[in-house]
Amino acid sequence: MQPVSREFKIHSSKALLDEKLSAALARTQDGFGGQRAAAVEALPEFQKIRERALRIKNHTLEHLDYYLEKFEREVQAAGGHVHWARTPEEGRKIILDLCEQAEARTVIKGKSMVSEEMALNPALEASDIEVVETDLGEYIIQLAKEPPSHIIAPAIHKTREQITELFSENHAQYGLTEPVTEVADIVHEARTVLREKFINADVGITGANFLVAESGSTVLVTNEGNGDLSSTLPKMHIITAGLEKVVPTFDDLSTMLRLLARSATGQEFSVYTSVFTGPKRNTDQDGPEELHIVLLDNGRTEMLGNEFREMLRCIRCGSCLNHCPVYGSVGGHAYGWVYSGPMGSVLTPLMVGLGEAADLPNACTLNGRCEEVCPMSIPLPRMLRALRVRQFEEKLVGSRVRASLGAWTWLATKPRLYQAVTGLGMKMLARLGRKNGSIRSLPLAGGWTQARDLPAPEGETFMQAWARQNRNRGARQ
Amino acid sequence: MKAVDKPASTENPSPSVGLFVTCLVDLFRPNVGFAALDLLEQAGARVDVPQAQVCCGQPAFNTGDEKGTKAIAQGVIAAFEHFDYVVAPSGSCAGMIREHYPVLFAQDPKWSGRAEAVADKTWELISFLNDVMGVDDISASLDGNYTYHDSCSGLRELGISHQPRNLLSAVRGLSCSEMKDSNVCCGFGGTFCVKYPDISERMVNDKIRNAVDSGADYLLGGDMGCLMNIAGKLSRDKVDLQVYHVAEVLADRTDVSPIAGRTPEQRTRSEDS
Ligand code: SF4
Repeated sequence: MQPVSREFKIHSSKALLDEKLSAALARTQDGFGGQRAAAVEALPEFQKIRERALRIKNHTLEHLDYYLEKFEREVQAAGGHVHWARTPEEGRKIILDLCEQAEARTVIKGKSMVSEEMALNPALEASDIEVVETDLGEYIIQLAKEPPSHIIAPAIHKTREQITELFSENHAQYGLTEPVTEVADIVHEARTVLREKFINADVGITGANFLVAESGSTVLVTNEGNGDLSSTLPKMHIITAGLEKVVPTFDDLSTMLRLLARSATGQEFSVYTSVFTGPKRNTDQDGPEELHIVLLDNGRTEMLGNEFREMLRCIRCGSCLNHCPVYGSVGGHAYGWVYSGPMGSVLTPLMVGLGEAADLPNACTLNGRCEEVCPMSIPLPRMLRALRVRQFEEKLVGSRVRASLGAWTWLATKPRLYQAVTGLGMKMLARLGRKNGSIRSLPLAGGWTQARDLPAPEGETFMQAWARQNRNRGARQ
Repeated sequence: MKAVDKPASTENPSPSVGLFVTCLVDLFRPNVGFAALDLLEQAGARVDVPQAQVCCGQPAFNTGDEKGTKAIAQGVIAAFEHFDYVVAPSGSCAGMIREHYPVLFAQDPKWSGRAEAVADKTWELISFLNDVMGVDDISASLDGNYTYHDSCSGLRELGISHQPRNLLSAVRGLSCSEMKDSNVCCGFGGTFCVKYPDISERMVNDKIRNAVDSGADYLLGGDMGCLMNIAGKLSRDKVDLQVYHVAEVLADRTDVSPIAGRTPEQRTRSEDS
């Protein structure tokens, strides 16, 4: 999708007024957050696994070139193909060419955030290929023509009533005219429609949660099993993944999997864990005839060499979103691109440009809850601050902010002058607030007083009072 | 987070302490500074307040201005390095000095040693009293229930959570009633609250709802930034929940008006008039 992160302020303000969204977000955060806490509590060695995962991923990133080459060799040995895409455009082109080669009319897709990075769906549709999302959440937002608002629960912003309405509008063409309101019926109806598409699809495109170097396998976790159908029924299976997704061995994979579902939804394990190794072999009953893996860079190798390397440890569990009070207030769409929440606020500026997403690193209180729950111990607050340093150095910080900050710093390095100036200032402020104990509005403090009063100062500053008392003490002695 | 390591000089029963007042306490709530002085002296420390102090540098640091931050930080280091300990009535400012100064100067051979030395002896007030000085005798009283807001930096950078509750349990007449999500950010975030006032407002609303639901009479915390944010919103919405800094309660300095909310006497007075 085209990034609209520039409009963060507009979109977040709108989101705050949307009561249905607020209720859905509160439900999601309480639900996922509580379930994660319970899952972590139930596994005493969680911290140990977390430390092991950290070591595995750091080691892999240290030798990323080696493991990627190994992965490629093993994929080829199993009869598959690896394609390298430096940019989203390259990725789109590779996939369009493959679809053309397969004479594809219909493509079914499993959930893939990387294909969202590539803005793949519109490109396929522009080539007259029908695209059907098969993950229920993705399917719902596809019908609504909206981007995902959460990396693991793309349609959490939709209420059941909205889904009923969407299905009524879109499924009448298949003769399904009864409105469905119960969850089981909604799932059943989606299944009925999608099953038909599965059978007729020419190409299946899925994402991958992990790539295993030792065997050239890709691993996909889902709760619906749609990944399996998308990969086995069509004659060509295309897998999209970020190139940081590789782990050395199956043993390492199992460490990661023990963290992923627990951190994401509080499940011990996702319902389906699918491992794909090469296309259909002669002895296999089913499977695709061709298997293609498209590995996307999109800024990742650059991150490998700078202060954002640790971000490449991300396993896209969504835990940081589920515990972020800003995400919990404004939801995913406000962030304006594929990724949202703390991890999105780091990734988006790095992938679409800092100038395109200037608000994201700043719309954060640096409260650190994300880092606390991140299974991969990614120092998200430190990275958001590092982006602010870039902004400051690249003069992307507005001149007014720079000027007032400059004045503050100048004054703050001259304690005597500072104390004289603030002593006077506080006396005036105290006078303003004397009657009510607080101040309702104040020039130059509109940001503060828009939402809250300013508690009135006592009048004398601590430093003044301290100096006075010391003088008195001195006089008495 | 660094482990709570007790430096060697703990054996010294009356260490010298430099009180880092913090800019918000200095300007808005000197009572907290004097409460800190009282508590430290009661604990046996020899306290001094260096005149050459202003701010720990967070406004510049969190805006990405490393040069400005360093200039301010060097002033702090120079003013405080000769004390046995540096103590601040704020987890956020103590966290800045303790966790971020060493990183800030890591590549600077002239300053890195000094930054680390100061970082190692910097403590947030309540954890200093509890963890270093082993204070257990508090002679304060306050009638009612309190609920505690865990400020983010103190909680996550310095591991402060049980210390204030432990010391508050010794205050006569006071009992605790925890709120839901006491460890979730109140929406202050320094410049965040003025840059994104409506998101900040949503967050502080959530905080206030949870605090009010706890049924407490007092909301206590250890950071003036959060307390001013919460107090300002309570005052705007005319909710009577009394906000104090934890040090004011422990030092029995609650005879002044709360940061927000009215004391019962103030309430009766205004109802009478
Ligand atoms: S940054 Fe951490 S918590 Fe957030 S999605 Fe990635 S792995 Fe999960």
